[in-house]
Amino acid sequence: MSGETLLHIDGQLVRVKAGSSVAAALRVAGGVGVARTSVTGQPRAPFCGMGVCQECRVFIDGRRRLACQTVCAEGMRVETSE
Amino acid sequence: MTLEHCDLLIVGAGPAGMAAAVAAAPSGASIVVIDDNPAPGGQIWRDGPGATLPPAARKWRDALERHANIRVRSGTRVVAAPSRNQLLLEDAERGWRLQWNRLILCTGARELLLPFPGWTLPGVTGAGGLQALIKAGLPVEGERVVIAGSGPLLLAAAATARAAGAKVVRIAEQASFAAVAGFAASLPRWPGKAVQAITLADAQYRTSSRIVSVQGATQVESVRLRQGGREVEIESDRVACGFGLVPNTQLGRMLGCALTPEGIGAQALAVDARQATSLADIYAAGECTGFGGSERALAQGTIAGHAAVGNEGAAKQHERERARWNAFAAQLGRSFALAPAIRQMPQPDTVVCRCEDVPFSALADCSGWTDAKLHRRCGMGACQGRVCGDAAQFLFGWTPPAPRPPLSPARIATLAGLAGPVDVDRQ
Ligand SMILES: Cc1cc2nc3c(=O)[nH]c(=O)nc-3n(C[C@H](O)[C@H](O)[C@H](O)COP(=O)(O)OP(=O)(O)OC[C@H]3O[C@@H](n4cnc5c(N)ncnc54)[C@H](O)[C@@H]3O)c2cc1C
Ligand code: FES
Repeated sequence: MSGETLLHIDGQLVRVKAGSSVAAALRVAGGVGVARTSVTGQPRAPFCGMGVCQECRVFIDGRRRLACQTVCAEGMRVETSE
Repeated sequence: MTLEHCDLLIVGAGPAGMAAAVAAAPSGASIVVIDDNPAPGGQIWRDGPGATLPPAARKWRDALERHANIRVRSGTRVVAAPSRNQLLLEDAERGWRLQWNRLILCTGARELLLPFPGWTLPGVTGAGGLQALIKAGLPVEGERVVIAGSGPLLLAAAATARAAGAKVVRIAEQASFAAVAGFAASLPRWPGKAVQAITLADAQYRTSSRIVSVQGATQVESVRLRQGGREVEIESDRVACGFGLVPNTQLGRMLGCALTPEGIGAQALAVDARQATSLADIYAAGECTGFGGSERALAQGTIAGHAAVGNEGAAKQHERERARWNAFAAQLGRSFALAPAIRQMPQPDTVVCRCEDVPFSALADCSGWTDAKLHRRCGMGACQGRVCGDAAQFLFGWTPPAPRPPLSPARIATLAGLAGPVDVDRQ
């Protein structure tokens, strides 16, 4: 796999290695890759890495999806928090 | 909503599902393989910018592509079972129904993730979870990583983290030195595994060690560990914890497949010598029938694939291979059994249900899972008890939540397909 992908995370332009998951891109965008806040407002980041815990839910092009099971695509728009 | 048909549906494209599809393909049956990950390979064979696919994985992927009668649907999850021989599916674009004559469940396993103070801090992940995230491109270069929990997956995760440039500062295995040494001594029975173990050996490995807590303001800053009789605190940027594997039985249970009798570990889907479940037209293979590694999953998948298309003779030829890896699985289970002290990790204010932020103290006086669910909202969130249900079974001995549709969070448009008429009939 070669090349890079450019996507937007909360309006910020982020460059990742092609084939990266959105979970990885959250970390590349800065911090430890917080995806959302819990019901009591605690920050949460990808935890299980395999589609089980739902801690990595973000909005991708307007649809709620799991960051750990979604591959970054050129021009994708990702919104964190809920 | 569209209705598709196939002779054989395989859920899960890990080693078991890939082997099942390839074994069944020469029959000419129309085969569909669905998997919620972006590409076939399951938990062990992921590719991505942080991984190189081993030749074995490449071989199985190529074999899937070579057979024109196998259709692979990646990025697809099962939402519900609208009728006896149908599943409701969803991908990023659409929802649809798929009708099958034979079904093989190859849904694999997930990590047992257990609560301890600080486990919700960003930077804490599962051990296999960290491995999966790194393979998918998570940058960890220069990060200090502590890996804790139990089983060989800790060493595999450490190797992946180190190859990606992380500094693995400690691997804390809860099992005793005697147990781990006993496991190592048994490995010559499985030569491939012995070689793997040697390449994974690590100077930071400690036995009889468990996690006490993770500290940090907004993310992981340090980890406290109990090593034998004393406590140590280690500065760290990331913590990866895994306490073994739990078979993914949700879909099987929702369809009515029987589970193995209750024993020490988590229950698995019960299968006979042909990998058939308690339901005549449903088979199961791989780690949803109990953990035991990719070799066991491949052997079981091959048997299930042959059996599902009526090729009993070919299925039989792989029984010896399966028995060999079943013995390995049993050895794994014995050596890395969790110590009772692991149950004492959570403090009263430790969150157990991460979706609904339910603390340990709110659960301690519950009479069982239903009580905890109805009165404390434990397991009512998006993960549907897949994390806290497993934890509660381990901590309190509660039977895990009965799976209900939707099996995973789904879009309204997809769920509407449960009621709406089926319009187009597509092959
Ligand atoms: C996170 C993790 C990392 C691991 N890493 C290693 C490793 O490095 N080395 C090693 O030897 N072993 C590893 N293992 C053990 C590994 O699971 C097995 O050795 C092997 O992958 C089991 O194969 P399988 O086919 O039974 O299941 P899996 O490989 O788990 O495949 C099951 C597949 O089914 C999918 N699936 C499950 N339910 C559904 C559903 N309802 N709808 C759609 N798709 C579904 C899953 O996402 C997965 O892709 C790991 C396990 C885990 C949990
Ligand atoms: S990290 Fe757990 S679902 Fe994505």
